[in-house]
Amino acid sequence: MAKVLVVTSGKGGVGKTTTTAALGAALAQAGENVVVVDFDVGLRNLDLVMGAERRVVYDMINVIQGDAKLAQALIRDKRIDTLSLLPASQTRDKDALTEAGVASIIEQLREKFDWIICDSPAGIEKGAMMAMRYADIAIVVTNPEVSSVRDSDRIIGMLDSKTAKAERDERIEKHLLLTRYDAGRAARGEMLKTDDVLEILSIPLLGIVPESVDVLNASNLGSPVTLNSPTSPAAKAYFDAARRLRGEKFEVAIPIQRKSLMGRLFGRRAVA
Amino acid sequence: MTFGGMNLGSMNLLTLFRRQRTAPVARERLQVLLAHERMAAGNSELLNVLREEILAVIAKHITVDRDKVNVKFDRSASSSTLEIDVEMPAIMPMGQPQTAGAAAA
Repeated sequence: MAKVLVVTSGKGGVGKTTTTAALGAALAQAGENVVVVDFDVGLRNLDLVMGAERRVVYDMINVIQGDAKLAQALIRDKRIDTLSLLPASQTRDKDALTEAGVASIIEQLREKFDWIICDSPAGIEKGAMMAMRYADIAIVVTNPEVSSVRDSDRIIGMLDSKTAKAERDERIEKHLLLTRYDAGRAARGEMLKTDDVLEILSIPLLGIVPESVDVLNASNLGSPVTLNSPTSPAAKAYFDAARRLRGEKFEVAIPIQRKSLMGRLFGRRAVA
Repeated sequence: MTFGGMNLGSMNLLTLFRRQRTAPVARERLQVLLAHERMAAGNSELLNVLREEILAVIAKHITVDRDKVNVKFDRSASSSTLEIDVEMPAIMPMGQPQTAGAAAA
């Protein structure tokens, strides 16, 4: 049975699109049929991060308004053939995302794919609401930083009250993905620790993605980090998160600091 | 001279190690803030309903100013309190002459 996932956060710039691409690719690399869906109407970027920006012909709004069939709008990844992308419209208004239209698209996607991963726009407006509306599982992407944690708390409240599942009195499964984590700064007491964030938000941890240049390099090249540098720590965190989503149970490893003492001293000087 | 140099060096080291840890402050600020925000988000409906129903009951017996009824809900880890604050008018109900002191009691 197909699962609908929403990757959400409230705050912008925490890594929703990167996570959607990396998790989507990781699940597809494990042989699952995956579609990643961009809900950021007017500011689409999932196509760019996935390296499919020049292949977009039709988008989700075209499908909702009957100008294109769903199969025409879906873009199959050139590297992994079990991975597809449904792009958002770059020119239309987000009011074109109607509830009935989104419901119909999700229903059709449920028949074709094992995983439907919805990349939410930032904020708590219509686009974000539509992205979470029909989700079975939510991945709350959070940075260990005050404004991100506060916004995540708000989004968790909305997942529990504004989704179709919540309205049917069912529980939506929620997972925390901590991104841009810097083990050195957490150890020095400069950054919220994993336990702090978990205690405040009290939802289970899906993984910790370290701050890394590999993530930036991957998006520069238009390739999910799990494809571009599969052995990097960030990719490993995403592969592990994908395994947990598929039902495997194992501990989340908390990244430890690997810098030398000299590196730490120079690093601190550079920051100060 | 050498002494001065050493002193300067140790001060640098001290400030390096004494740098304030800001994460615990962040954690505490978040806990306080979110306790308030969760309350506001989760109970806004309930509080309005309570306020209206309490007003209706009181209005049967006493004339009160709608703006003088305050309903507050506080939740902490160990307990929750519901605080209802009704400011009474100085004049007394049902034509019975009473003092303001009795009304406040």
